[in-house]
Amino acid sequence: MADLTKKSLTEIVSLIKKKEIKSEEVTNLFIKNIENDKKLNSLITNCNEHAAKKAKNFDKNPKFDTLLPGIPIAVKDLFCTKGVKTTAGSKMLDNFIPNYESTITKNLWNEGAFLLGKLNCDEYAMGSSNETSFFGNVMNPVAENTVPGGSSGGSASALAADLTPTTIGTDTGGSIRQPASFTGTVGLKPTYGLCSRWGIVAFASSLDQAGPMTKTVEDCALMLEAMAGFDEKDSTSINKKKENYSKNLTSNIKGLKIGIPKEYRVDGMPKEIDKLWENGKKILKESGAEIIDISLPNTKYALPTYYIVAPAEASSNLARYDGVKYGFRSNKGTNLIEMYENTRSEGFGDEVKRRILIGTYVLSSGYYDAYYIKAQKVRQLIKDDFDDSFKKVDAILTPSTPSAAFKIGEKKNDPISMYLNDIFTVPVNLAGIPAISIPAGTDNNNYPLGLQLIGKTLDEQKLLNIAFAAEKKINFKQNLNRWWEK
Amino acid sequence: MSIDKDKIKHVSKLARISVDEKKIDDLTKDLSSIFKFIEQLNELNTDKVEPLSSILNEPLRSRKDEINDGKIRDKILENSPKKNEEFFVVPKVIE
Repeated sequence: MADLTKKSLTEIVSLIKKKEIKSEEVTNLFIKNIENDKKLNSLITNCNEHAAKKAKNFDKNPKFDTLLPGIPIAVKDLFCTKGVKTTAGSKMLDNFIPNYESTITKNLWNEGAFLLGKLNCDEYAMGSSNETSFFGNVMNPVAENTVPGGSSGGSASALAADLTPTTIGTDTGGSIRQPASFTGTVGLKPTYGLCSRWGIVAFASSLDQAGPMTKTVEDCALMLEAMAGFDEKDSTSINKKKENYSKNLTSNIKGLKIGIPKEYRVDGMPKEIDKLWENGKKILKESGAEIIDISLPNTKYALPTYYIVAPAEASSNLARYDGVKYGFRSNKGTNLIEMYENTRSEGFGDEVKRRILIGTYVLSSGYYDAYYIKAQKVRQLIKDDFDDSFKKVDAILTPSTPSAAFKIGEKKNDPISMYLNDIFTVPVNLAGIPAISIPAGTDNNNYPLGLQLIGKTLDEQKLLNIAFAAEKKINFKQNLNRWWEK
Repeated sequence: MSIDKDKIKHVSKLARISVDEKKIDDLTKDLSSIFKFIEQLNELNTDKVEPLSSILNEPLRSRKDEINDGKIRDKILENSPKKNEEFFVVPKVIE
């Protein structure tokens, strides 16, 4: 059989269900790929032994009536896993072993999957290139010394390099969709509240949302089905009936209306991205959709709004890291306040500190109205733009990112140019709506580029269907020479 | 709003993060450019806009006031960097 690790998750599940392959066989192949990787640095913790044991147990007593029977899955190291170190990419949590399991990973294990490893990410999910991780840069399998995007960079890298058949990430401002775009993979940010946030290390609570990262749209539907669901433990979890996204997946999108927002055509955007976008329109038209020009007038204010709201929430969330209850503690300082200050100064990296300081400032007395309240007002306007558009269209098509993957170090010293990576993805988080990035072509260097489809609240099925139709016609093929094994 | 060293020192005190003197110039420069960027919002007139309070269409749920967890003291203490029997240990606070 051709290399199993290159197959889609859906194909692997089907082969296991048909008893043509065993979980142990598949799992060992992924473990071998993990062991052969010498350069990507996509894992923080490998769980090879645990996975091998789980696979053996599955084969002894297999249950095939689940969504993910006998499937090993490596997950972003932001999901708390019981008994397995969970670092959030930070020195602060380098020694943290949760004694509970996040709801999302628990949902996956209940569907027959088991943990294969914990994947590298930007520190506390703050970054767009995976360069802020305490555990070092991650490389993009597409080319050496190139970033995989971030913050779910380890997830995207491991998936594209066949180290895991599927993975999960979190997306606060683009952290699933941007790395998916950079690595030629599929990434979905669900509606805020569809996937439980319980047990995920918090960054910005009104924006954070977990989602699947996969090789195909079909896999994405399957994973979302396994992940989504009401959770009593998350006060913002939406209580609704479970949907069968994979069973109901169809590429029939006749008559659907797709909006093209003029504000997403930004200065200095490479020609290839414009071409890709035009091609996306053409393909959806051929599939029977109607293309409609729309306007989202406040788009340019999304990123400045995000850089008030996200740091403000982060500064509150990260106040819990005080060196007392868990995590790192500095042994410098003679009193309690100095212990706090040294712990937080030594435990957090530069980008995290920068964002805590921004957040503390915009929430501080005398500045709260000018920054935070102002930002929440603009956030309302951005949400209104989307609400108005969805009266006219079923979904919105845009590029996923303003550029392809860049070199390690290229943008590290200029925070604004780094933040601009998320210009097309951030508005979606501010509005709480779902969006998916699918691979759609390449740039001059042959680096992948993605297209983004944005949908209205809880309209994931329609979004997946449109992505499914587009994927078939685009027929993107990744051809990697596995340089990281040499 | 311009950001200067004194402001950075004040905010870092509020955030309980000690800032290295050697890094304070770079930090001032970075934060100034970030604030210049976010202050683009001042171009927009938002006098008649209500600030967004929740991204969900429904109000926050409250659960029944029942105890459904507990007796996990030892579990909670497991990850503590410094403990003494059933207590977290911190530097001396009272003389």
